[in-house]
Parts: sequence; C-alpha cells; structure tokens
Amino acid sequence: MEIHRLEKIWIAVSLLFIVGLIASIVYGVAGVGVGTVGDTGQQLDPSALDDTEFADPGGHWASEDHYVVHVVARQFLFQPGTQEPITVPANTTVTFYVTSPDVVHGFDVVGTQLNTMVIPGQVTEFTTEFDEPKTYGIVCHEYCGAGHQSMAGQLVVVPADAMSQNATASADAANASAVNASTQASIATPEVPA
Amino acid sequence: MTYVDDFPGEARVVRTAFAIAFASIGLGGALGVLQALFRTGYSRSLFSSVDYYSILTAHGVLMALVFTTFFIVGLFTWGVTRSLDTGFRDLRFTWGWLGLMTLGTVLAFVTILGGIVGFIPTHAAVLYTFYAPLEASPTFYLGLALLVVGSWGAGVDYVLALLDWRAEHPDERIPLQTFMAVATMLLWVVCTLGVAVEVVVFLLPWSLGLIPRVDPLLTRTLFWYFGHAVVYFWLLPAYFVWYTIFPKLSGGRLFSDPLARVVFVLFLVLSTPVGVHHQYGDPGLSQGLKFVQMTSTYFILLPSLLTAFTVVASMEHGARQRGGKGLLKWLRALPWENPSFSGIALAGLAFAASGFGGMVNAGLNVNALVHNTMWVPGHFHLTVGTAVALTFMAITYWLLPQLTGKRLRLRTLAAVQPYLWFVGMVFMSNAMHRVGLAGVPRRTSEPQYEQVLFNTPIATMGELHLQTVGGAFILFASLLCFLAVVLSTWLGERGAEPLAVNGHIPEALSGPEHSPRILDDFRVWVALTFLLLLIAYGPPLAAMVQNGLFAPGSAPIPV
Repeated sequence: MEIHRLEKIWIAVSLLFIVGLIASIVYGVAGVGVGTVGDTGQQLDPSALDDTEFADPGGHWASEDHYVVHVVARQFLFQPGTQEPITVPANTTVTFYVTSPDVVHGFDVVGTQLNTMVIPGQVTEFTTEFDEPKTYGIVCHEYCGAGHQSMAGQLVVVPADAMSQNATASADAANASAVNASTQASIATPEVPA
Repeated sequence: MTYVDDFPGEARVVRTAFAIAFASIGLGGALGVLQALFRTGYSRSLFSSVDYYSILTAHGVLMALVFTTFFIVGLFTWGVTRSLDTGFRDLRFTWGWLGLMTLGTVLAFVTILGGIVGFIPTHAAVLYTFYAPLEASPTFYLGLALLVVGSWGAGVDYVLALLDWRAEHPDERIPLQTFMAVATMLLWVVCTLGVAVEVVVFLLPWSLGLIPRVDPLLTRTLFWYFGHAVVYFWLLPAYFVWYTIFPKLSGGRLFSDPLARVVFVLFLVLSTPVGVHHQYGDPGLSQGLKFVQMTSTYFILLPSLLTAFTVVASMEHGARQRGGKGLLKWLRALPWENPSFSGIALAGLAFAASGFGGMVNAGLNVNALVHNTMWVPGHFHLTVGTAVALTFMAITYWLLPQLTGKRLRLRTLAAVQPYLWFVGMVFMSNAMHRVGLAGVPRRTSEPQYEQVLFNTPIATMGELHLQTVGGAFILFASLLCFLAVVLSTWLGERGAEPLAVNGHIPEALSGPEHSPRILDDFRVWVALTFLLLLIAYGPPLAAMVQNGLFAPGSAPIPV
C-alpha cells in the first residue's frame, strides 16, 4: 500500500501526540494523584437505606486525622448539604460516601475537581483534602426530575480545630480522649433508628 | 443524466427520508430557541420549568436521532446506488423500513408531546439520555426501538446491493462510497445492540410493569455502550461527504482512496469500546476499566487526524488546480460563494476546534472539570450541531437538484446560510463552553441557585447569556434560510432551467488498487470489533450481572 511521504509524517506526529496525551493523564493520576472515582465494590438496596450507615447521614471523625461524610442525594436535595451545609475540616483527609435512594443524581462541588455521579444501588466514594476554610456550592448536574433545577447545597470548610471542638462538645466529655476508637466503631455499627 | 433519471424509485426514497429529516431539524431548531430563552432567563413565561424538560427531550430526540438517522439513510441510499450503479433489490422492502422508522418517530414524538399538552396521557421527559429509574411511557421506548430497527433495514438494503454488485464484479474493489456506507452501518448495528438490549430487555418491560426493577448502573452502561459510538454514526456520513464529494467541490480530487478505507475501518473497530469515557464519574466502574477505554478514546483521534490531513490537502489540491498560488494565498482561489463548499469548509473548521474540547472530555481526570457542565453541550453543538449538521445542509444544496431534477433556487440565501450558521454557533458554543468552565450544570432549566455562585473569568454571566440567546437566534435564522431554499427548490418546476450541477465524482489520485484486499473483507473487521468489545465491556458487564440481572434494582419513577 502506497502512503504519501507527507501522510507518513502526519501519521507519526499524530501518534506521538496521542501517546503524549495519554502520558500526561498517566502523570496526572500516578504522579500528581488526581484520579477519579473507582469501584468500591459497595452496593446497597436503594429502597432500604435505613439499614445502612446512610440512615443518619452527616460527618464524623473516623480517626484524629480522617473525617468521614455520608451524604444522601435524593429528589431534590442533598442530606446534608441543602437544609444544612456539609461541614468538613481544612487540611484533613476527608472521605465522602454518597448514594441515592431514588434516581441518578450528580454531586458537583462547583469550582473543584469533586465532580461525580450518584447512582441508586452504588456508593460513590472519594477522598480529598481542602487547603483552607472556604464555602463552596454543590449542584446536582444530572437531570433528576421536575425539581432538578432547585437541587443544590453548600459545603463549608472550617479550620480543623474548630471541627474537633464541635465534635468533642457534642460527644460525651469523658469519652473525648478515646474519640478515635469510638468513631471507628460507629462506622461499623451505625445507629439504626427503630 | 442525473440521479433522478437513473434511479427514480430510489430518488423518491431519498427525498422522503430528507423531507422527514428537514421537518425534524426545523421543529427541533425552534424548540432550541425556546430553551435558550428559558435557560438564560430572557423569557420564563411561555412554559413551566417542568415543560422545559419535555421540550429538551424533544429537541434532543429530533435533532440527534431523527434528523441525523433519516438524513444518513437517505444520503447512503444515494451513495450506494450511485457508486454501485445498481438499484435496490425490492423497493417494497425499502419502503418497509422507512415506514417503520417513521412510525417509531411519530410514536416517540407524540409520547414526548404528551408531557406538554394535557389531552395525550403520556410522558417522556427523560431527555435524550434516558437513564433509569426515571421512566417514560412505554410508547417512547417502543418508538425509539422501531426507529433503530427500521434503520437496520437500510443496512440490509446496502449489503444486498453490494452482494448483487459483487456477483457481477467478482474481482473489483468495492466502490469507496459503498465501502464507507457499509462500514458505517456495521458500526451502527454493533453500537445499537447496546441500546436495543437496554430498551427491549429492560426498560420496555419495566415501564409496562412486567418486571419490577432494573439495575440503574447496568442500564446506564448499556446506554453509553451506544451513546458515544452513535456519535461516529453521525460523523462518518459527514466524512463520507468530506472524502468523496468535497475534493471535487474544491476543484480537485481525493488524495488517497486507500487511506480513506483505513480511516473507516479504524472507526468501525475502535468506535464502540470508548463509551465508558462518559462514565468517568460513575461509581461501580473500576479506574482500570476507565483507563482502558480512555486509551481507545484517544486512539480514535487518529482517524480524525488523518481526515483533517485529507480534507485540507484536498482543498489545497483543488485550489492549485484552480490556479491558486503561494503558501496560504491559495485559500482565496476556492469557491467560497458555493454553499456546498463553504458549508463543508466551515464545518471542518468547527470540527477542528471541537476536537480539542473532545481531548479534554476524554481525559480521565481533566474530565472532572467539565463533566456534566454546559461545556459538554457547547462541545456537541460544534461536533454534531455543526460539523455534522452543517455538512448535511451544505451537501443538500448539491444533492437536491440531482434528486429532484430541479435547479437550486434562492441561491443568494443559500450562499449566506452556512456563514450564518457558523457565526451563530461560534457565539452560542463559545458562551456554553465558558459558563461550563464556571461550573454551570447542563440539562437544567434554570441554572440559578441561592447557595451557589458561579465565577466567570473575563465576561459576566449576563454577557454569556446574551451570546447564547443571540447565537440561538442567528442559528434559527440560518435554519429558516436553509428550509426556504429547500422548499423553494422542491416546489419549483422541473426542467424549467438547466440543472447546473454535475454529479460526476472524479477518481482519487491514489486509487483503491493501491490498498490491500483485506481492507474490503468486512468479516475480518467485524470479528476484530467484537474481540475488542469483549475486552472492553466483557468484564464490567459480567461483574454487574453477577448479583442478578436486576440487582441492585430500582423501581420506575415516572416523570
């Protein structure tokens, strides 16, 4: 098969360009650590969230340097997020778990890389860290029904020490020093309303 | 002799398909203007935000499925019969599939309309991306299924015509236009298998109440198995025009027939295992799978980059045949006043720009910046909405006289139309891309929230909204020009004036005899396609059905 010399050069340059694009993404994922959500293997029955840790969504300390937030996205609000903001500590590893009991939603923290889908039956898990105290908007960016355009919320990043105080104040003062162990346990055995 | 004299029966099929396509783009375009007005807040009194989603569904289905599919089966019917110089075996079969497509379109459209007008008891505000558990009336799914199955009939007609031709020409290479049409239809059948399974096995029985639950992730994955490859089903007919007719319009001939075949084979093989790049943000799919599909997504850039070379080379070759000189001055020698030429050249320009946007969308992590924001509609209004749609409109100016035997009328309006479309789309798409970068979501009737502030660097949101609406009105004006030219030509008198169109397509500079014979053996390429599909979609689909076909399951939620 005859290929013109200029075409050969063009093909070579094109292939280099493509490999370069892929390499830049590999560098972004492996080198800089900017990934996307993966498969956590967590599935649940969307009609029975009350039997899971999503029964009482919200945030808590999993250990002294790891904060965990459970969010339920439903028609047409984020719990927490819409009626009360999601509050997370700055300069701390934060892991989000998001799921939906009804339809497919989006979870986009506007102006950041935190941009994922929320699919009934699946748990969206992502871990991140916020540099400084700031307030972000959250929007549902997947059409989810007639009230979709109203589905939004807020994420408030506060200094980590402020969060710790809140956590301690609300917890039993005597258990404050043992907060790590007890919150770890509280993930495994969430409070299930009667 | 023109096409209509050689193949009067087939010409009528093409005209009918085109008529339905043009009615769809006219109606869909009008709905697009309404959406632009509503979203940007210029007018919220005409209908409610609930109706907005029905209108958006109609716009998406009419433009992306009905206009494209009908135009494509018409264009290929012309291309196959012309290049093989043989008619279809039995036109009753042809009218059968065209009728099925039309019935499906009417069913789907009436179902969507039911969401807006009270007296039709149906609803389908599920958008063009109809993800479960949002549920439409069964007639919506049935309509889409008939449209798709009908279009498979077109593929059968092309293959039968090819077999008939092959019996008489055992040693000849498949004519390029037929090669392209058959490759594209094979791609179409392979990719619509996903959506067919989604609709026929899951959504239709589920919306009828025969099965209580479907797995949202599984149906969504089946949708995207189809949902990106369908883009190539729209694009390849535009490439068919760019490769086989555009060089002639430029004043020259195609550079290389063998490379054109390679490009189409690459598309057939690589198109389907790329759908997961629409699901980078999805839970339940591993990063490894996302990475594999990202790689094939980037490699499918190659045939498009090759096409860019061919199109530009053909233009330059044509310009130099016309006496063009210099490094870039040859551009002036091209027939910019011919709407068929200028439309395609501008479509190519828009496609080059949107290609760079596509590279952003395809990036596993860069995608998170723009995923489900207005950037995405900005991107596909340049690709499907300009590269494809403008090419189809442009080539209509060239085809219509051959299909009707009537000379093109309102030629000044026709000459202006592609430029109007291009300018309108530059405004609208530019604004869409930029509000998308600010984080404004897509598929939303009113993108204003108490809790959220969108930061737009450089321009204000108000300016970008003005660009969107202004662009939409310019686009609609362009659409009206197009429809006026088509209608006026169609209603004109046959034989009143000489046609002034020469349907002859010159041979390529490097002919098919320079390409290896294996390129024409579609069995090899289809087998390779299925092998790649097995690698790309086998493991995730197997994992999803391991816990049962319908688990984790969701009951339907009507909208």
